[in-house]
This record gives sequence, C-alpha cells and structure tokens, in this order.
Amino acid sequence: MAIEIVQVQPSVGLSKMAVSQTHGEDSPYFAGWKAYDENPYHETNNPSGVIQMGLAENQVSFDMLEEYLETNLESTNWGQKVSGFRENALFQDYHGLLSFRKAMASFMEQVRGGKAKFNPDRVVLTAGATAANELLTFILADPGDALLVPTPYYPGFDRDLRWRTGVQIVPIHCDSSNGFQITPEALEAAYDHATKMNIKVRGVLITNPSNPLGATVQRKVLEEILEFVTRKNIHLVSDEIYSGSAFCADEFVSIAEVLESRKYKDSERCHIVYSLSKDLGLPGFRVGTVYSYNDQVVTTARRMSSFTLISSQTQFLLASMLSDTDFTQKYIKINRERLKKRYEMIVNGLKKAGIECLKGNAGLFCWMNLSPYLEEPTIKSELAIWNTIMHEVRLNISPGSSCHCSEPGWFRVCFANMSEETLEVALSRIHAFIKERKQVL
Amino acid sequence: MDHNLLSKIATNNGHGENSPYFDGWKAFDANPFHPQHNPDGVIQMGLAENQLSFDLIQKWIESNPSASICTPQGAFGFKETAIFQDYHGLPEFRTAVANFMNRVRGNRVKFDPDRIVMSGGATGAHETLAFCLANPGEAFLVPTPYYPAFDRDLRWRTGVELFPVVCESADNFKVTREALETAYKKAKLANVKVKGVLITNPSNPLGTFLDRDTLKDIVNFVNDKSIHLVCDEIYAGTVTNGDEFVSIAEVIEEVPKCNLDLIHLVYSLSKDMGFPGFRVGVVYSYNDNVVNIARKMSSFGLVSTQTQHLLASMLSDDKFVENFISESRIRLAHRHDMFTRGLAQVGIGSLESKAGLFFWMDLRRFLKEPTFESEMTFWRVIINEIKLNVSPGQSFHCSEPGWFRVCFANMDDETTLVALWRIKTFVRNNRNLEIKTRKQCWQNNQHLRLSSRRLDDILTPHRMSPHSPLASPMVRAQN
Repeated sequence: MAIEIVQVQPSVGLSKMAVSQTHGEDSPYFAGWKAYDENPYHETNNPSGVIQMGLAENQVSFDMLEEYLETNLESTNWGQKVSGFRENALFQDYHGLLSFRKAMASFMEQVRGGKAKFNPDRVVLTAGATAANELLTFILADPGDALLVPTPYYPGFDRDLRWRTGVQIVPIHCDSSNGFQITPEALEAAYDHATKMNIKVRGVLITNPSNPLGATVQRKVLEEILEFVTRKNIHLVSDEIYSGSAFCADEFVSIAEVLESRKYKDSERCHIVYSLSKDLGLPGFRVGTVYSYNDQVVTTARRMSSFTLISSQTQFLLASMLSDTDFTQKYIKINRERLKKRYEMIVNGLKKAGIECLKGNAGLFCWMNLSPYLEEPTIKSELAIWNTIMHEVRLNISPGSSCHCSEPGWFRVCFANMSEETLEVALSRIHAFIKERKQVL
Repeated sequence: MDHNLLSKIATNNGHGENSPYFDGWKAFDANPFHPQHNPDGVIQMGLAENQLSFDLIQKWIESNPSASICTPQGAFGFKETAIFQDYHGLPEFRTAVANFMNRVRGNRVKFDPDRIVMSGGATGAHETLAFCLANPGEAFLVPTPYYPAFDRDLRWRTGVELFPVVCESADNFKVTREALETAYKKAKLANVKVKGVLITNPSNPLGTFLDRDTLKDIVNFVNDKSIHLVCDEIYAGTVTNGDEFVSIAEVIEEVPKCNLDLIHLVYSLSKDMGFPGFRVGVVYSYNDNVVNIARKMSSFGLVSTQTQHLLASMLSDDKFVENFISESRIRLAHRHDMFTRGLAQVGIGSLESKAGLFFWMDLRRFLKEPTFESEMTFWRVIINEIKLNVSPGQSFHCSEPGWFRVCFANMDDETTLVALWRIKTFVRNNRNLEIKTRKQCWQNNQHLRLSSRRLDDILTPHRMSPHSPLASPMVRAQN
C-alpha cells in the first residue's frame, strides 16, 4: 500500500479534522511502508530488496478460493439473463442481500466450530472492519468520550476509532509479565485514569485473537472483562477479525460463546466486528460486519451503513461461496493448518537465531522480542534497531511502539503474506543480523 | 440496557427516516405493483433509478468475460484484485472513471485521474466532503428544493448544518445571486458560519440544469465570500442533449481568478449507469489538500476491487461508452416525454426539464389550500387511491406547496402506461378536486403567460408552463 506522507499546510477553509494529524499516517508504522515501496523484494528481479513483513495479509489459501471459482461458475456469475445482472446492480438496500447475510452468519458459526449461533438479522454490512469499528464508535460514544483499548493494539485504531468521531482511546496497559493478558487491575486502572481526566468511558474494545500479539484471549479473561463492563454499565466491542486464523479451533473462545453460555444475560452491551479481509484474504473486496446483540444498535448501524455499503456484486459472489458449507468447512480447516505451519516455521527459525517470541496461537504474525538486543530499554533504542532492520537487514517489520506497547523491544512480524521461500530468506537475514549484533553487544 | 448508553448521534433523528418521504415507501413495500401478480398495487415512482439501459451493459459483460474475476477468462486476476486495498484505487479504474466523466461532458473537459478519490457512493462522498470542509455547527447553503437525504448525508455524523437558498416557481426555481446573498445574510444573523454552497446540477428533484451564467454567478459568489463550492453532478449523463449541459469543470476555466481550492465535485455511477448497488462514488477536488485528506478518509468507504476491476474494463471501452451515453439519453428523453405528454392531456403540467430521472409535477390546483398540510393530504390520496408513490415537494424542502417529484426511469413501458392511465382516470373522475377557479389562478400567479393556447396545442408534445391556467381544458371549458 502506497501511503503518501504529505505535510498538510493549514489551509484556509478546511475543517479542523482535515488538518489534524489524527489520521495517524505520520506514525513510524508507515515509514517502513515507504522503504518497502521504494525497494520491494522480488525473488528473481530484486533479491536484495526490502521484504514486506509489516502487512497482515493472508495469502496462504488463495488456491482454495481459485479452485472454488473454477468449479462454481454458474453460481458466481450473473448468468445469461439480463435480470440477474440488473437486479444485482440495482440492489442498494442497506439490509444487504439476505442470502449474503445468511452466508456470513453461517460462516461465522463455522469459524467458531458451531459453538455459537449467529442470527442473520443482526448482521450489519460495512465496507471493511475499518468502517465497522468507526461506525460502532459513532454509535456508542460521543465526541470527547473514551473507549478503553488494551495495549499493544492495531495502529489503525488510532484513526478508525478517533479521527472523525472525536472519541479518545485510553489504553489498558498490558505487559509481558503475564503474556500481555488483560487483567482486572489493568481494566480498573485505565477506567480510573480516564475518570481522573474527566473523560467519560463508554466501552472496552478488544481484539480477539489479538493483533499484534497473535494470541487468543482466554475464556476466563473474557468473563472478567464482561463482568467489568457490566459493573461499569458500558459497552464491549470484540473485534474478531482473526477468528478464522486461530491455529486450533478449540483454543479460540468468542465472546458469542460466553454470552450464549450465559443465555445472553447482559448481551445488549456486546457487539462483534468481523471481516473477510484476514480469514479469506480478501481485503480488496471490503467486506466487514457489525454484529450486535442490541436491537437499537443494529437498527442504527444499519442506517449508518448507508455511508459504507458492500458492493452488491461482491455480496453476490460471496453469498454463493460462503453458503457452500462443504467448501467453507474444508477451507477453514486447511487454512488453519497452513497458518500454524507458517507460524511454527518462523518461530522456530527465530529461536534458532536466538530470538524469543510470545507464545502465540492465532493470527498472521508473531510477536517477537528483541529487547535483549536493545542498547537501552527505551523506545528510542527500539526505533534505532527498527531503523537498522529496515535499511540494513531490509525487512519491514512493525515496532511495538507504533502499537502503543508499554515495553520497548517488541516487534510484530507478519508471515502469511509471502511464499515459504521468501520467509526462509527473511529468516536467514535475521539470523545473520542477530549473529552480528551479539558480537557487538 | 437503557438508551442513554448510546451516543447522541445514535439517538437523534439525524438518520432522517422519520421524514414523510419514507411513508410512501412503506405503502409501496406493503403493496408493490406487479403487472401480473398484483396489478392493483402501488407503483413505485419515488425511486430515482435508471433502469432503461441494462441490456446494453449486459451485452457488454457477455462479450467481455475477462472483466469479471470469476470467469475462466478473468480468474487469473482474482488473487491480485482481492489483495489490492490501496486507497488510491486501481489506477486503471481511476483512468476509466475519468474517461467516462469526460465523455459524459462531450470531452469538453479533461478530468485528472489522480484527483479521483473513491467513496461509498455519492452518499459517502458528500459526507466525506462535509467532514473535510466544515466544522460541527458550520453550514452549507443549499438551494431548495433539494434531495432529502442531504439532511442525513451532510449533517448526521458531521454536525454540519444546512441553510436553504430559497428558489421559487416564479423564477422556475432558478438559483439567483439574490437568493444566495439572502441565505448568506440570514445565516450570519443566526450566528452560523457558512463554509460553502452545495448545488446539484442537473437538479434533483427539478430535472433542470443550470445555465452558464448562473454557474458563473455561483462561482463568483463563493470566490467573493471565500467559501467552498460542492457541485454534485451525479445526473450529468441524464441530460437529453449532452451538448447543452455545462459542468462546473468548464465554468471554472472561464472565470478569471477563480480560486480552485474552493471547487469540489461529487459524482457516482448510480444514476448515469444504473449501478447503485455497486457503490461507486467519487470525490473530485481541485484542492490538493482535500484530495489528500479525502483519500485518507476513503478508507472508510472504498469501492470493492472486484467492482473496480469490472468498471476499469467497461469504462475504458470508448466505443461502448459513447454508445451507452447517447443511447441512454435517447431512452430517458423518450420516457420523459411519454409522461409529460400524457399528463398534459389531462391538464397536468410540470416544470420544463431536460435532465434527470424524474420530473417536477405541478399539482398546486389540486390542493384545497396552498398549504403543506393540504399537500400532505393530497399526497395520501395519490398513494392510497391512485396508488402511485410519488414524492411530495415538502420532503425536498420546497418553499411552495403543490409540487411533486415523479420518477420515470425505474419501470418498463407497460408500467408507465398503467401509471399514466391511473393519473388520467383520477383527474377525469375528480374534476371537483381542482379547487382553484380561473379567478384564483389569476390572483395567485404573477407571471402569467397569456398566450391563447388551443386544445390541440396542449396535446402536442411540448411542455406546458405551470403558469398557464388557460392551458387547462377544464378552465377553457368553463369559459
């Protein structure tokens, strides 16, 4: 993705929002992209280029999608009748194609191994999870209010939750002492901190499985969070965009399961965000959803989705694909296995180089610990080593500070957006780098 | 969980769905017309859709299978397309859209593909521009009557206000400099900071387009006040005679010292091509900063790359595009004439128009009183007795009661005839509803055309002026 880092001069007659920096693109997170764009790795044409490991994309399972298309031409195309195309091109109802909503609900159930049920009438469609998260924030909080978000978190939240909504993020600090898990103490501390600053807290937003940690949130923690939000009478948003990438189906517990097991008590404060960008590897299609257990939120979200509907052409294609449960069952299973294999490959490779990672069990990335290799335990040192990795080792990885991690030295390293060969090249570069670094330190 | 736990935005009426505009929809949804299954149902004439030229598109799609990433011929592009999420959009898509926009304007302008920013339909485009150009509490001036959903699109989540620029039937609803100045002063008196002017050209609901001089006046106005101009040209391709349409893109080249940083366009393929489901909106700005910021904001409403891919191919086929544009215009004009001629036969006039997917029907003389309550009452008669969902002028903030927007391009010929027949029958059977006598008409209309029209003049295919009571066969019969 080519990001322009352009200095916006305060221009006569633009809004404050337009000239603020809240879009977040001046973060170092994006400087790595620039380095990559200028010198992208290619196994034959540019073998010494920058390898992109900062992009959480799932490219390991396209063959299965392509095979599906080959064998299902009839249902994925509009067919010979004019009416098929016309009906689809005209369809702009913000409820979305019923067949597609049903297919999404069914897919979400399958991803959770049938351990939770999803009602198609609660599925609200948005153009990507980016839009879903923003939309929910508009609905749950007023400008100046806050959402509590555990650190480290996806850098894009700074823009998605805050930019146009005027809502703030107050961090729930997590650290490596317990594998960065969210604790009741951390929740209380964040809430108190906000209260002291006179900021009204409207909800907690978690990502489960976590980006950037690459780990699922344990059931016990989910229950504690649920108890906390109920006690404070606030909302809980669970971004489950990586739910299909949990390596073992059993290890992922969705908030939906927890709610179902409690017969949906207190569920009106709970909302789930999902998307097909990661599990199916289709970020270009802009398929996101808000799933809420609160009727008013569903109605309002649906109305708001007018600003960000999913192309009916894409709904049509995916309705067909996702309602083929034999296909989705097979896809989910094999996709998980491949991601697990990749994860093991990178984590073992890093271990051989003397680098530890957080024990992960999901996602398209691992959470790498380079703190033993920092000159000092500071963000400055972290960014220094990151710079070296970017320009000398030529790997674009994401520094923990851009994810608001409170401990310096952690890095998110993506592994699913490249071939195994490229991953081997990346690992050997890291190996060489650490070897050299050890000699220096 | 009590409702105070949602935001103000979530609990106010900014979504606009409580407007009476939607009551007609409900009536239609409850009892939709179908030529065979429900011939007495409500005919939908409140939906501005262009359904007249799908056959041309279907034919193109069949002959170009590689434009779809789901066909054997196109599937090789599936992965690349599905992964691409750059908010700049596929370069070939932007080039193709710019090309289409140029040709809709007879190649009199050349749009720069690098200024094309995607959005979630024109709906998303308007909201994005409002976020970029105005702070909460600041306002845009909008000529009335205007598209009802602007109230939601420009105001709901942005907190921006809309101030009406009142246009009147006496001027054929033209946008005048005086009206702009009046609105601007009024806003100032109310302590509201005006940040820009929003015009829709061709106009929804009027179906008219602005002449060159009016556009220049507007450009001069915004330059003098140093405020923005947003021009929604979503109906540009529906103008019967393409050569007559003047785009803001042409005018700014003719206004010396025009500050281009103030000029922004909104476009979409929903009307000209009939693809509202594909959500293809465009923000086009002459202001580099706005392009930049709007592009970042487009992350919240990008066009599916599957759709970008299809349209990149379709809209770069010049032969197809030229043929589509001209054929679509012909079909729209023909359908427009069918209605207006048919209505003229029973003495119903409409604002003279040569664009849009609708016309602005004059039913003032059917109102018991020249009030909006009467308009509402009569509208319910239209929905419940004539069984047509047309849109009452008040939902467009029209300053005068009695006008209705009637959409004509979202049905086939057969349904068109049924709709016409229903109106004609109603008018013939309900002469007593035409309250105004000739005397009242004389008193109410200040700009009377006293041409002595004969009955056959009415039946020939030219538009009737709404100011011509003599045109009504009823009135003539009373003489």
